[in-house]
Amino acid sequence: MTSASPFVRSVIARHPSGRMPDHNFRYWIIAPSVFLLLLIGLFPLIYSLVVSFQQITMTDYDTSFAGLTNYAQLFDDARLWQSIAHTLIITIIALPVELVFGLAMAHLFLERMPGRQIFISLIVLPTVISPVVAGATWRLLFDQRYGPINQVIGWFAGHEVVMLWNITPHLVYPAILICEIWQWTPFMFLILLAALSNVDKSLTEAAELDGAGFWRIFFKIVLPAIWPVMAIAILIRGVDLFRIFDVIWALTSGGPGTMTETISIYTYVQGFQQFESSYTAAIAFLIVGLMSVIVIWAIRRMGLAK
Amino acid sequence: MTNFSLAATRRWKLACRYGLASLLLVFFVFPIYWLFIISFKTPDEIFHFPPVWYPKSFQFANYAVLFKDGDAVSVLNSLILAGVSTVIAMIFGTMCAYSLVRFKTGGEDFAVWVISQRLMPPIAIIFPIFLLYVYLGWVDSYGGLIILYTAFNLPYVIWMMRGYIEDIPLELEESALVDGCSRWAVLWKVVFPMARTGLFATAVFTFVFAWNEFIFALVLTRTEVVTYTVQVTHYFGGQSNFWAKIAAMSALGTVPVFITVSLLQRFLVRGISMGAVKG
Repeated sequence: MTSASPFVRSVIARHPSGRMPDHNFRYWIIAPSVFLLLLIGLFPLIYSLVVSFQQITMTDYDTSFAGLTNYAQLFDDARLWQSIAHTLIITIIALPVELVFGLAMAHLFLERMPGRQIFISLIVLPTVISPVVAGATWRLLFDQRYGPINQVIGWFAGHEVVMLWNITPHLVYPAILICEIWQWTPFMFLILLAALSNVDKSLTEAAELDGAGFWRIFFKIVLPAIWPVMAIAILIRGVDLFRIFDVIWALTSGGPGTMTETISIYTYVQGFQQFESSYTAAIAFLIVGLMSVIVIWAIRRMGLAK
Repeated sequence: MTNFSLAATRRWKLACRYGLASLLLVFFVFPIYWLFIISFKTPDEIFHFPPVWYPKSFQFANYAVLFKDGDAVSVLNSLILAGVSTVIAMIFGTMCAYSLVRFKTGGEDFAVWVISQRLMPPIAIIFPIFLLYVYLGWVDSYGGLIILYTAFNLPYVIWMMRGYIEDIPLELEESALVDGCSRWAVLWKVVFPMARTGLFATAVFTFVFAWNEFIFALVLTRTEVVTYTVQVTHYFGGQSNFWAKIAAMSALGTVPVFITVSLLQRFLVRGISMGAVKG
């Protein structure tokens, strides 16, 4: 194991024992990081597991062993499965839209044009804003009376419109999705633009001379070339969308009722508003377990860990 | 095709591209414009129907209120939490990344585990952490949040610095060792200075992530270390939202991010793509 690194070998050969025991140095320098990573990586997992087998609620601090009661409850909890469904709906719509929209924008800005850099610098601004601030901004924009969105829709409709974007059931999802897509399309755009600029021009030009059409070139040459980068962008966004919290918290707080409650919002409500400690721990363990499997599979699959 | 018509087509195409680009610019920038413009409006202008698209005069009363009431302290809290946690995460993370690159410590599995921590949903880890912090009395303290922010940003730092350290030529470190430098001296005097560009770029993004963080701060702060993101949500009421305060506080928290990111354009892609795109 040690001898795998040529660096280690060369140094052992040339540098007899220094002031520090050399063979332990590599463990000394990872120790602080490993300690902190265990705090967020291992401790929550073990602690959730322990608490989830107990019966701690707001009124009753009951630490006796309760078996799988809390896990059995997971299956009967319609609100939990609805929140997972809400999360998936948002992910399934937002992710492809951001990807396709971002890719189209990247194509638009691929060729040089005067002022291109200024356009790009301004368009990427939403991505660096705090998601909570993004949600708050859109809440102001969507206001039924003092926001500009209803005003503009009113211009087109020819009369005043009153659309309650964060209350009306059929408008809350469009509102969340618009905000989400507004904030993260530039993320996809910027990464895909960089990936597209790195595609070998001579290949696409040769294919063009051979008479291949735009789509054929795109699917046969461009897509395979940008796929490694695109896969990572999809992974990052997919995981982010699955844990979406801030934007919804600022826009609807999960309402109306529980209509826009995502898995993160629901866990928060259970843990910090209803104080169902043991049950929340069971949910947390479920999420960590599920995500660990998916994420590690995806990382390996996409060759991210080179 | 004549030269003339070729040139005309090209001009027409360019005009189309500018047209589309301008539409996109409006869609992506207008909301930000609206947020900032509200922060300069008077109450009459904010609650005017139909909405006013630009204020008659720029006035800073909305900002003055934040400073007078002491709410602006939340920006300072964000600065302290993000700043201190970034410095610690950079030092620990770079050391760890160095061990990963040069000694292959833990191998592939360790690296995969590290990056998978970055992708965990905060909600799943915050609940057990909260119970631990209540037990230790760390809720609503700088120390507690700094440790959590440091830990949560470490995977990102390790991941990014791994890429940057791989670019440092091995010969420099070897010759320093042969010259009698200790391992620690090599780390401090060769690796850190050589990786300074990467250190700087990574630190800025780590800082921005911590600066913009919401859910940990929401759960773990009460009154003492409230960050600006939590402060913004305090202004939402059932019926009456404090619009001027929402806008001004959001602007205070957003301007520093805009300035830093604009200065660092060339690192932006590598920074947000977790190193997937270099250059």
